[in-house]
Amino acid sequence: MNTKPIIACENIVKTYHNAGVDTAVLKGVSFSVAAGEFVAIMGPSGSGKSTLMHIIGALDTPSSGTYYLDGSDVSRLTDDELADIRREKIGFVFQAFNLLPRATVLRNVSLPLVYAGVAKEERERIAERALIDSAFPQAFWQHHSNQLSGGMMQRVAIARSLVNDPALILADEPTGNLDTKTGEIVLHTFQSLNTGHGKTVVLITHEPYVAEHADRIIHIRDGAILTDEKNPRRRIARGES
Amino acid sequence: MKTQDLWEETYSAVTVNKVRSGLTMLGIVIGIASVIALVAVGQGAQSSIQANINSLGANLLIVMPGASRSFGSTVNAGRGTAETLTPDDATAIASQVSNVAAVSPEVQTREQVVASGANTNTTIEGVTPAYAQVRNLQIADGVFISSQDVTAANRIAVIGPTVLQDLYGDPNSNASATPADALGQTIRISGQDFTVVGVTVPKGGTGFMNQDNMVFVPLTAAQHYFLGSTSYVTEIDVEASTQAAMTQVQNDITNLLLQRHNIPDPTQADFNILNQADIVSAASSVTGTFTTLLAAIAGISLLVGGIGIMNMMLTTVTERTREIGLRKAIGAKKQDITMQFLAESVMLTFTGGAIGIALGWLAAVAVTALAHITTSVSLSSVLLAFGVSAGIGIIFGYYPARRAAALSPIEALRYE
Repeated sequence: MNTKPIIACENIVKTYHNAGVDTAVLKGVSFSVAAGEFVAIMGPSGSGKSTLMHIIGALDTPSSGTYYLDGSDVSRLTDDELADIRREKIGFVFQAFNLLPRATVLRNVSLPLVYAGVAKEERERIAERALIDSAFPQAFWQHHSNQLSGGMMQRVAIARSLVNDPALILADEPTGNLDTKTGEIVLHTFQSLNTGHGKTVVLITHEPYVAEHADRIIHIRDGAILTDEKNPRRRIARGES
Repeated sequence: MKTQDLWEETYSAVTVNKVRSGLTMLGIVIGIASVIALVAVGQGAQSSIQANINSLGANLLIVMPGASRSFGSTVNAGRGTAETLTPDDATAIASQVSNVAAVSPEVQTREQVVASGANTNTTIEGVTPAYAQVRNLQIADGVFISSQDVTAANRIAVIGPTVLQDLYGDPNSNASATPADALGQTIRISGQDFTVVGVTVPKGGTGFMNQDNMVFVPLTAAQHYFLGSTSYVTEIDVEASTQAAMTQVQNDITNLLLQRHNIPDPTQADFNILNQADIVSAASSVTGTFTTLLAAIAGISLLVGGIGIMNMMLTTVTERTREIGLRKAIGAKKQDITMQFLAESVMLTFTGGAIGIALGWLAAVAVTALAHITTSVSLSSVLLAFGVSAGIGIIFGYYPARRAAALSPIEALRYE
């Protein structure tokens, strides 16, 4: 296992200027995540967890403080440089899946590689590998994504997050739109990617039940870290029966 | 992002909503098709008018008398009414001006023509044999007026095909009269008997200069029987030997006639010279304006089509905000997004432009077939239409594309 941390946040502050009023959303957050960890970031709405997710995901930059992602400082980059970082180092899984509705599963999964300039045959080969890794049934590979159930769609999104071999998989409320049973399957997929393939996973949620599937839980409240501790009673999600 | 991938993404985006893409494209199709078709009609009119003018004769200069002017008076009668051109002027032009191929002095009058019960009022043209060469006139049957006829002032006539039908055609039947019906027959022109010796080949209507509705008689006979004077002619047609010599011939005739008529000041000239090239260029400028007008009207529909493209692209950008957010999240740069949306609008306009060119071409062919109007689809108008449609795609696609690229990925992903 790599000793260098995947995420190293030092005193991250994010302030929004709105109509002449400064609102501090993050008030000095410091933590780090080592390679191979499965971390849940928890907090109620308005706690600043979404803003933290945007900064960790290189979608936004902090007002002050530094953020090292996989060893490189990404806290002062331009929009296009951030796009490069996202493409190379981060795999996103969103609450609303965000798939291209009338494209096949295979095309959805290989989409990030289009922007990496990978040739078509190579893209499909990598996408098939990612679908196998996330245990997605081959019978559905040529289906259009809008023909799938919510749980299946989220597993397509997980496979998509794997194709660029990211340093970090960042999941934002991945079970928020799913029922308990399919949510369980999605969580199982994350756990098997973490334990079976050594992927680093950061999961943002407001549900304690979901957070308990991680091996470390960070609680955020009012823009600061409340607690950051190991989860001794980690839940193990069950896959498809 | 590779170019091939860009086109694949674009193709699938355009084909996702086929009806909307089709309707948007229709605006461009109609715009381009109307540009092609209307410019074809305009250019067809231009070439047919030029062909008509050229059918009058080649390298033609027409010398006409100016306004008659009584001595010491400033009152002008209409131009062409003066009796200042003489047969001697024609002889002088033929002998003293170089690069002249033929000179044809003419007198013109309108008279009533009667034959076997039918009658018509038409133009009587008193001519010499040179007329047939200068005005490019051909005989369908019989002979044209010879120099002996002119010398002897023979009462013979050559009639145009329209006159032939008017005099010998049966209005109650569809069968048209043939030249054989007229040859050797006697017609009465203003009370004088003339024998028909020839019928001319139809030249087609040239409007104000329709040579099919004319009766040609020897110059001297016309002067003697209809004008009552042999001292003047109403027009002298001059054929220059080459197109390049026309200006020189025109200048030489001007100088010669000024000298013969004792006029020291060229602005006081008692004659005008019409240059066929001038007529062609005047007609061309009229039809050119006409073509530009048609193209401008068609251009407006093209502009409306372009705005349709922009409207649809803006709607698409709003609809696909989340998709744009996702693409940015997984690593698309601003330029990738700009190129993708630009490519979509260019693909729509390009396809629409290609269909529009085909449709406009078909429309031009249909106009020719159904309305018998000459059309000509030029390569330049096709290239122009193609360039314009691609340009519209870029211009009207640029703003929506920039708007899409400028979306913040966070805002875009959160968009409901």
